[in-house]
Amino acid sequence: MTLTVALSALLSHWRRRPAQLALLILGLSLATALWSGVQAINAEARASYDRAAALLGQDRLAQLARRDGGAIAQTDFVALSRAGWLVSPVLEGTLRLEGSRLRLLGIEPLSLPAQAETLDLGRGGGDLLPFITPPGLLYAAPETVKALAAVPGLPPLRASPNLLPGTALTDIGTAQRLLGRPGEISRLLVLPEQPMGRANLENVAPDLALKAPEAGGDLSRLTDSFHLNLTAFGFLAFAVGLFIVYSAIGLAFEQRRVTFRTLRALGLSARALTAALLLELIVFALAAGLIGVALGYLVGAALLPGVSATLEGLYGASVPGTLSLRPQWWVSGLAIALIGTLAAAMQSLWRVWHLPLLAPGSPRAWARASEHALIGQAAAGLGLLILSIGLGLWGSGLIAGFTVLGALLFGAALLLPVLLALVLAGLQRLVRRPVAEWFLADSRQQLPGLSLALMALLLALSANIGVGTMVSSFRLTFTGWLDQRLASELYVTARNPAEAERLTTFLQGKVDAILPIWHIEGSLEGAPGAVYGAADHATYRDHWPLLAALPDSWDRVATGRAAMINEQLARRARLKPGGSLTLPGGWQVEIAGIYSDYGNPEGQAIVNSGALVAHYPTVERLRFGLRLAPGGVPALMAEIADQLKLPADNMVDQATIKRRSLDVFEQTFTVTAALNVLTLGVAGLAMVASLTTLSAMRLPQLAPVWAMGLTRRRLVRLELARTLMLAALTFLAALPVGLALAYVLLAIINVEAFGWRLPMHIFPADWLRLGLLALLAALLSALIPLRRLARLAPADLLKVFAHER
Amino acid sequence: MLLTFTDVFKRYQTAEGPLTVLDGLSLSLDGGETLALTGESGSGKSTLLHLAAGLDQADAGAVRIDGVEIGALKDTGRAAMRREVVGLIFQQFNLIPSLTVGANLAFHARLAGRHDAAWQADLAARLGLENLLNRYPEQLSGGQQQRVAIGRTLGARPKLVLADEPTGNLDEATGDGVIALMLNLVRETGAALLMVTHSQRLAERLDRRIHLTGGRIL
Amino acid sequence: MNDEPHGQSQEGMPTHRHQTPHRSLFSIRRYQSGHMRHRLASLLCCMLAAVIGMSQPAASQGFAGLGTTAKGFAMPRTGYAFTFPADHGPHPHFRIEWWYLTANLKGADGKAYGVQWTLFRSALAPGDQPGWQSPQVWLGHAAITTPTAQHVAERLARGGIGQAGVSPAPFAAWIDDWAMRRPDMSATGGDALDDLNLSASGTDFRYSLALKARGPLVLQGQGGYSVKSAAGQASFYYSQPFYTVTGRLDLPGGAVDVTGQAWLDREWSSQPLAADQSGWDWFSLHFDTGEKLMGFRLRDKGAGFTSATWIAANGQPEPLPPGALTLTPGRKARVADRDIPVEWRLELPSKGIDISTKPLNPQAWMATRTPYWEGPIRFSGSRSGQGYLEMTGY
Repeated sequence: MTLTVALSALLSHWRRRPAQLALLILGLSLATALWSGVQAINAEARASYDRAAALLGQDRLAQLARRDGGAIAQTDFVALSRAGWLVSPVLEGTLRLEGSRLRLLGIEPLSLPAQAETLDLGRGGGDLLPFITPPGLLYAAPETVKALAAVPGLPPLRASPNLLPGTALTDIGTAQRLLGRPGEISRLLVLPEQPMGRANLENVAPDLALKAPEAGGDLSRLTDSFHLNLTAFGFLAFAVGLFIVYSAIGLAFEQRRVTFRTLRALGLSARALTAALLLELIVFALAAGLIGVALGYLVGAALLPGVSATLEGLYGASVPGTLSLRPQWWVSGLAIALIGTLAAAMQSLWRVWHLPLLAPGSPRAWARASEHALIGQAAAGLGLLILSIGLGLWGSGLIAGFTVLGALLFGAALLLPVLLALVLAGLQRLVRRPVAEWFLADSRQQLPGLSLALMALLLALSANIGVGTMVSSFRLTFTGWLDQRLASELYVTARNPAEAERLTTFLQGKVDAILPIWHIEGSLEGAPGAVYGAADHATYRDHWPLLAALPDSWDRVATGRAAMINEQLARRARLKPGGSLTLPGGWQVEIAGIYSDYGNPEGQAIVNSGALVAHYPTVERLRFGLRLAPGGVPALMAEIADQLKLPADNMVDQATIKRRSLDVFEQTFTVTAALNVLTLGVAGLAMVASLTTLSAMRLPQLAPVWAMGLTRRRLVRLELARTLMLAALTFLAALPVGLALAYVLLAIINVEAFGWRLPMHIFPADWLRLGLLALLAALLSALIPLRRLARLAPADLLKVFAHER
Repeated sequence: MLLTFTDVFKRYQTAEGPLTVLDGLSLSLDGGETLALTGESGSGKSTLLHLAAGLDQADAGAVRIDGVEIGALKDTGRAAMRREVVGLIFQQFNLIPSLTVGANLAFHARLAGRHDAAWQADLAARLGLENLLNRYPEQLSGGQQQRVAIGRTLGARPKLVLADEPTGNLDEATGDGVIALMLNLVRETGAALLMVTHSQRLAERLDRRIHLTGGRIL
Repeated sequence: MNDEPHGQSQEGMPTHRHQTPHRSLFSIRRYQSGHMRHRLASLLCCMLAAVIGMSQPAASQGFAGLGTTAKGFAMPRTGYAFTFPADHGPHPHFRIEWWYLTANLKGADGKAYGVQWTLFRSALAPGDQPGWQSPQVWLGHAAITTPTAQHVAERLARGGIGQAGVSPAPFAAWIDDWAMRRPDMSATGGDALDDLNLSASGTDFRYSLALKARGPLVLQGQGGYSVKSAAGQASFYYSQPFYTVTGRLDLPGGAVDVTGQAWLDREWSSQPLAADQSGWDWFSLHFDTGEKLMGFRLRDKGAGFTSATWIAANGQPEPLPPGALTLTPGRKARVADRDIPVEWRLELPSKGIDISTKPLNPQAWMATRTPYWEGPIRFSGSRSGQGYLEMTGY
């Protein structure tokens, strides 16, 4: 009963200050929204990987695969079956279509174990006959079916909502035909129940090895880093949002200090008062959490298509572009809102619990930071920075990388108020004019109240500088790399071997060089990869971007006994030029060099094209790069189309392919950029919250100065200047932090996450823009409190002198 | 005349309707003269003081300082008047919390462009503040704070000192000491003083006394 | 891209699951000679269950959807001259075909056993193609029945790649590791099926049997042309009911040497069944005196239909007219949550036969994708002997 009375007295505060309540709820909802939006995306993606892994029961079924990573001969499958092995063949491959890739899964429906039947083919109107006999059927997700509808040469399509986008399920015979891999099987699913008296594997197929079921599969391993990345951003945004909550709760508690004291004096116990406040906070947290989760759904849904494109572009992982509501996700969103609120309110609650009954109330008490607190904060900040540097130098792994990042950011944030205080004190010693002196002294006094918002701003600005520098560095490097890598002026793909034959004959003498681009897919160092063949041609010697190489590296490749490998493979398997590598099928080669290969998640090796054909006689020989004078490209394309009837889709010129690659690249960082902007927005809101909070306490500090002869307009200008100065100083502090962040991202996180390292480039023009943006944010955030100040009647200022305090 | 009020009216809007605080009030104060203003709560004492300081404006009538009508000045003009001619001492002391005692003492004088280091040091010594110059206001007692406020005002050598219940927050003994100091210094600098007080005992120590009732001089 | 016009001919094909307007033409009464058996039902039912996800065929679609037309498939005709060993091999232009063997065995431990080995061929489209595009699908069922247990296994495989198939000479029929083949060491001469090795395995059993034929192949119906109805449905059908068997069974309790007798059916057709049949009760009997009897009852909404063939000890077949054989269900047993008549009375007055059958194991349930009851029986009464009983559609 007392609690109800107390609660109604406490809640009346919010009725009188709806804007403050709105700010509290907004801050908490935004923090929850960014966090849970990111979580929703992650959950959706993880569910997709699980579905991909469960699609053919890899997560539950053992498998047989060749020890050397090569393809299994179909005759081995028949031999195993006839020796009593109950296995089901699967052929997996990528079908390169105009502008996209299709992951093709060839299955054998009759032997497919029940555990692998994630699809009910029958429900799609399916029948065995059209499925297994030419032209066959392709089952794919409805959106994929839509996307493929116009692609010529594909079997009839059937929609199945159970399939992931970008994946098509078909009969193994159809898959062998479409992929041009007759008689080949990627792996054999082993049925859980095997008959009595089954022959030993070594006696039937000694090249095969049994692999235990694996959960999650390659995709979750590959994409872990990406999701950790998103999570880190979501957390950063949440932390920035909590600054708002912290200051809003702090303000509300301070303003109700008199009420608290009165309630205590009237006999409410500290326990009951704290309980009432806790109850109030929980209600707010849940309300804001609900709004936040709803907003988070919108954020997630808005960002998901970009994330899907990124995952597709970077990892070939298929994630649907639409978000589904998962209970565990929104419950965790509510929980994080609650935990965040309580964390932000902890200090205030503690103070209420220990509120002295008779001490004089001073509303400025909380804003006065003691020297001790600042020293403690400086020590913690320095400690975090040292931890960050130490881990950066000696740590390894993605988790260590993100710890470096986190320690760097939060160490810097903790040091910021200390740094600003020192700068202001230094400036104060330099100025001679009384108003300037007062201005600086007063700014310093404001610091504790503003420092949380400034820390939030620092985090957001550093993240912006860091990520911006990384993305721009990446873009610069990537563009330069594309120029080198895409040396051929025209790329053509024949539709069948006979056409390839005609094409090469036709092109003889018409172009400077015909460079075959043939490859096989297989396992490299235990992970999926590809082996490409390259002709011994000056194009490669002159253009191919090598990071490290043996002398005469291309001569070594030309002998057929050496290979170039990409950076990802080299880093993952710790390979160096001069070392050796086993290619699918047990082909042993020397590593002649390492090249950069951005945007490709898989390992890759380049061997001489003649040697490729010799070792893999079934390799598809359809694709070629053509060297010729760039001006002759349109004419040649027209001529090929005219004389050989090659469809336009099968010819891509250099400019088009570059544009497409850059498109994929741009998509890759859309999400990061969006989160960046959102984080900056939340930081801006934190500024608004803090400045509003402070402005309510500013009058007693401004009134005497006004009384001593400063006009209100001048005071407003000074207040504005103060906000801008603090924002500018924070921006200056954010520069080195952002650059350090970029370094960590480029040299540590990217290497761990993607397998490549990029040189860092600096873009001062971007900083200028961001600096102006920060000032603009500060200006906007100061606008409301300052407007109020400017419109203040003298009577309001006079109250300061008259009020009992 | 240093300060004249001529038929000054001032109304405030309150929850119960318009409230007339000053009702055709007229008074004048010579340079160097000290005047005590007494009256009940709500009799218009503080309003009169605020009008005299140019902190607020009259609805009708004229307030002149040094022959300049304050109502005719713009905001900047009134601010200049406050800076250069007037000095204010409040019941709440209203020191600048971010500045040290020394900086507070010098502040108004520097704003007025009349900073005199020797006078400043002398003032600090006379006010017993010479050992507290590097402290911050919050570290001082009420009497000490009010001495800083007096020092701040007189440091700028204003022609007119306006004091609003300067001892209202102090106990009697401390208050008497502070008032004695203030009166000595005011007389020494030749400034005029208009002091609002509810204490008849304090009012007796000034040259002249006026009692306000319902916005009029009795 | 291999877009062959092959697909065209299939488009007009009715699918198993789709009703056709001709369905009403097929009624049980038109199966005049009635040689087409329950096994067909099991076959296609299993196919459909496995492939299309249909587990319970609706009565209105005919049992397992067999009452469909056979457009594009070859049809059995009269006057066909069987050529062996070629006709022991597959006939891919016919829709369905099987190699179906049941054996009544006696163990060295004194216990009775039954063994089943079946290879079904089902053509989704007429004819064959090499490789994965073959429309031929193969299905295997194997079982050992003991007085106390039923061990069952099932296999499915595609044609065209060698995982399953039948070659006539030297004879071999296989699916995965299961095989029915003429041994390499077999003496030349005689029919290709006279001398066979038979093997199959499941998770908890395995068997390996040697079969020797002690009599001739028996052409059923009119010289192997077995008429089904007035509408012209028919099958090609012959049997080898005269095998003696020796071999070994591997069971969870250990290995058992066995001897006994076995019966092989070979049948192929394209359009076998009526729309409203709900199931079959089928008997193959070895009389102690050397004669054989094949008889069945088709159940429908009406009175049902029985048919039989009498085979003399020298292999001379005598087709009996519809209704000559009377089948009366006796004691029912609770098997796999249904009530199934596991004891029967058979009356064939023209041969003076009035016998009662008892199962070796009433729980001889084939828990395959489409389940049915199939197991060894003994009979007594006016004559005695042993045989096999299959019951579907319960």
